[in-house]
Amino acid sequence: MDVTQDLKKEINLYLKVFGALAILTAVTVAVASLKVGIGFAIIIAMVIAATKGSLVASFFMHLAHEKRLIYLLLVITLVLLLALFFITYGTIGDQVGVEIVS
Amino acid sequence: MADHHQEEPFWRRYIFSVDHKVIGLQYAITAMLFLFFGFCLILVMRWNLAYPGEVVPIVGKLLSEEGMLTPDGYNSFGVMHGTIMIFLGVVPLAVGGFGNYVLPLQLGAPDMAFPKINMFSYWSFFVGGIFMLASFFLPQGPASSGWTMYAPLSVIATTGETVWLLGMVFLITSSLLGSINFIATVIQLRTKGLTWMRLPFFVWGQFVTAFLLLLAFPPLEAAAVLQLMDRVAGSSFFMTSGLYVGGEVLDVAGGGSPLLWQHLFWFLAHPEVYVLILPGMGIVAEVITNNTRKPLWGYRSIVYSAIFLGFMSFVVWAHHMFLTGMGTKMAAFFQTTTMIISIPSVIILSALFISLWGGSIRFNTPMLFALGFLPMFGIGGLTGLPLGLASSDIHLHDTYYVIGHFHYVVAPGTIFALFAGIYYWFPKVTGKRMNEGLGKIHFFGSFICMNGVFSPMFIQGLAGISRRLYDGGASYLHAEPVLQWNEFMTMAALGLGFFQFFFIANLFISLAKGEKVSSNPWEATTLDWAATPTPPLPHVNFENIPEVYHGPYEYSMKGGGNGQKDFTPQHESVKD
Amino acid sequence: MQIPYTVTVRPDTGLYNAKLGIWLFLASEVMLFGGLFSAYILLRSGATSWFVGSEELSVPIGTFNTFVLILSSVTVVMSWASLRMNDLKKYKMYMGLTILLGLVFLVVKVLFEYMPKIEHHHIPSSHNFFAIYFVLTGLHALHVVGGLIVNGYLWGPGSKMWDTDPEQFLNRIEVAGLYWHFVDIIWIFLFPALYLL
Ligand code: HEM
Ligand SMILES: [Cu+2]
Repeated sequence: MDVTQDLKKEINLYLKVFGALAILTAVTVAVASLKVGIGFAIIIAMVIAATKGSLVASFFMHLAHEKRLIYLLLVITLVLLLALFFITYGTIGDQVGVEIVS
Repeated sequence: MADHHQEEPFWRRYIFSVDHKVIGLQYAITAMLFLFFGFCLILVMRWNLAYPGEVVPIVGKLLSEEGMLTPDGYNSFGVMHGTIMIFLGVVPLAVGGFGNYVLPLQLGAPDMAFPKINMFSYWSFFVGGIFMLASFFLPQGPASSGWTMYAPLSVIATTGETVWLLGMVFLITSSLLGSINFIATVIQLRTKGLTWMRLPFFVWGQFVTAFLLLLAFPPLEAAAVLQLMDRVAGSSFFMTSGLYVGGEVLDVAGGGSPLLWQHLFWFLAHPEVYVLILPGMGIVAEVITNNTRKPLWGYRSIVYSAIFLGFMSFVVWAHHMFLTGMGTKMAAFFQTTTMIISIPSVIILSALFISLWGGSIRFNTPMLFALGFLPMFGIGGLTGLPLGLASSDIHLHDTYYVIGHFHYVVAPGTIFALFAGIYYWFPKVTGKRMNEGLGKIHFFGSFICMNGVFSPMFIQGLAGISRRLYDGGASYLHAEPVLQWNEFMTMAALGLGFFQFFFIANLFISLAKGEKVSSNPWEATTLDWAATPTPPLPHVNFENIPEVYHGPYEYSMKGGGNGQKDFTPQHESVKD
Repeated sequence: MQIPYTVTVRPDTGLYNAKLGIWLFLASEVMLFGGLFSAYILLRSGATSWFVGSEELSVPIGTFNTFVLILSSVTVVMSWASLRMNDLKKYKMYMGLTILLGLVFLVVKVLFEYMPKIEHHHIPSSHNFFAIYFVLTGLHALHVVGGLIVNGYLWGPGSKMWDTDPEQFLNRIEVAGLYWHFVDIIWIFLFPALYLL
C-alpha cells in the first residue's frame, strides 16, 4: 500500500527539517559573534530560536496536523505565559520613584 | 467482570490501590486528619491571642517547658496552620477526595484516565505531608516566615524552611499529576450522550480547578527551586546586596529581587483561592438543586462564569502587592481586573440564590450546610472588594480585616461546602445515611461559632490591628478599644471545636449503625446516584456503562420522570 | 474492564488518553520553564552587573550539544516512523542512537561544562548569572535524564509490548517522542539565552 510511500515522504521531510535546524543553529552562533546592539541581538536570537522551536513542534511533534483541542490547550498556555512575562516585567518596571530596581 | 478483583491482596486493594474510589477515600481521610490538626494549631494560637504568654491548658507541656506558646512557636504554628489548611486539608479534600470519588461516577467512567498516575498523586501528596509534619521535630521548629514565605526573611530562616520547600515540591507534583488526570478524564471518558452542557456543575468546577492547578502551580515550583538554591547553594535570586542581619552585612553576592518571589508566589496563590472555592461551589450546586427539586437557575451562565473566572484568576495576582511600591499604572490595571473578576463570582452566587426561589426545599443536613455557604461566601466575597482597590488596601493590608475576609471564604464558605458534600455523599460510600439530629446540632453550632470567630476580625482589622501578632495587639495603644474581642473570638473557636465532636461522633456512629439507604436515597438525577449501585462496584463502578439522554438537573419537569417521579435521571431514555 | 480510549482514539476529540495527557504535562512544563525564564529576564534587567554569556560559557561546546540534541530529535522521530513501517530492528537502532546521543549530551555537559566551572569557582553563590545558568541547565539536564530512563525502558524491556499490543506500543513511542522533542525545544531557547546573549 502507499502507507510506506507516505512514510518515505515523511522521513524525507524530517531530514529537511534537520537541515534547516542545523543551518539556523549556525546562523544564530554566527550572528552572535557580530557586535550588534544588545536589544537587536536579543530580537534576532529569539526570533531564530522561535523559528527553530516551531519547526520542531510543527513537524517532529506533528503539531502542523494536530487536533483542535491540543491547539486550544497550547493557546491558553501561551497566553498565560505571556501574561506571566509581561505583567511581571511591567510591574517591576513601574515602581514608585525608582528606575528598575537594582 | 469484577470478580477477579476480589482476590486482590489487602495492600493492593486498600493501600496501593488504583481504584479512584479508594484513592478518593485515602485523600479524604488524610485530608480530614490534617484539617483537624491545622485546627488544633490555631486553637493553641487563639488561646495565646486571648491570654498572651499564659500557660496553654492540656497541650502546654508539648509547646515549651513553661507550658506556654513561645513567640517563635507562634510564628511557626501560623505558617503550618496556613500551609496545612490549604495544601494538605482543603484542596486534598475538595479535589483529591471529592473530585476523585465523584468525578468518574458523574461522568459514567469506569475509573480515571490514568489510574496508576492517580495512585502516585496520592502518595506524592502523602510524602509531602510527612515532610511538613516532620518539620515539627526539627530543633528549631518548622518554617516560620508566613505561609507566603516572603524573601529575604525566608531565605535566612531556620532549616524548617528548607523542609517546607521540599514538602511543597512533593505537594506540587501531586497536584500536577492529579490535574492531568482530571482534565483527561473529563475530556476523554465522558460517557455517550454526556455533552459539555449536560455535565453536572460539580464536574465543571473540578474541571476548571484542574486547569488552575495545572498551569498556576509550575511557576511556584520554579520559585521553590530558586529559593532552595538560595538557601542551599548560596545563590542570591531573592537577595539584594547589603542586607543587615543582626547588625552584620550578610555574606551573599546579592543582586536578586525579593519582589520576584512575590510575583511567582502570587501567580500561583491567587488562582489557588479559586481552587479552594470552585469545588465547593460545585458541591453546593449539586446539593441545592437536589434539595429544592428544581433545575439550576442559569446553568449556562454559571458554567461560562466559572470558565471566565478561571481565566481571569491568572491576571489579578498583584492585588496582593499594592504596597510593594507598585506604580499607579500597574495598580490601575490590577484594580480593574480584580473588579472584573468579581462579576462572575456574583453571577454564580446569584444563580445559586435564585435557584432557591419557589423550590419545595428539603431542609436536611447537607442542604443546611449548602444554605449556610451562600451568605457566608457572600460576606467573604464582598469584603474582598475593598482589598482589591489600592487606596483602601493601604489601610487594610496585613490587618485582621484580611484574615476575616479570606476566612469567610474558606472556613464558613468552603469548609461548609465540604461538610455539605460529606453529608451528601456519605451514603454513596457506605450505604448508610448520617444521623440527621447530630448533623443539625453540628450545623447550627458551627454556624454560630464560625461567625463568632470571624466577624470580630473585621472590627479589629478596621481598627488597625496587624495580623501575625503574637499578643494579638495587646502591646499597642491603638488596639485597646477592640482588644476585648480577642477573648470572645477564642471562646467561639473553642466552641467551634466542641461542635466538631458531634460531626466526628456522627461519622463513626453512622458508619456502625446508620440507617441503611436505597441506592438513590436523595432521588438525584446525576449518574453518580442514579446509575451506579450504592456503594459502586470496585474498579468498574457501573454494571453497564450508562448512556445519557438528559441535562443534569431535570427535577419537577413537566412530563419528566415518566410521570412516576419528580425527577428524570440523566441516563433514563425517554421511551422506557 | 478496560478504560476506554487507552489505545483507540475517541472519535469526537480525535485523541487517545495518553496523547492528551502528555500535552497537558507539556503545557505545565511550559509554565515551569516559563517561570524560570521570567526570573532570568527580571534578574538580568535589574542587575547592576551581568556577564556576557559568550565570554563565560563555551559557545563551541554549547553549539556541539545543540547539534547533539537536534540529532537525537531526528532519531527519535525516525524510530517512531520505523515502527509504523513494522520494522522493530530499525526502531531499536534509532531508539538506541537517541539514547546514545542523550548520554553524549549529558557527559559533555558534566565533564566539559559543569566540572571546569566548579573548579574555577564559577558557582551559584558567586554571581546570579551562574546561579540561573546552573538552575536552568540543571533542570533541563534532569529532564534529559528522565527522558533517557523512559527511552531506555522502551528500547529494552518495554519493547516486548510490540508482540502483545503493537498499537499501544506505537502510542507509547509517540508520547515518549513528544516529550523528548519538548526537551529539545527547551534547549533551543536556553542555548541563545544563556550562551549567546
Ligand atoms: C475553621 C477554623 C479556623 C480558624 C479559627 C482560623 C483562624 C486563623 C487565625 C486567627 C489566623 C491568623 C493568625 C495570625 O495572623 O497570627 C489564621 C491565619 C490563616 N489561616 Fe486560618 N483559621 C481557620 C481555618 C482556616 C482554613 C480552612 C484555611 C484555608 C483553607 C485557613 C488558612 C489560613 C491562612 C492561609 C492563614 C495565614 C497564615 C499566615 O499568616 O501566614 N484557615 N487563621
Ligand atoms: Cu488574590
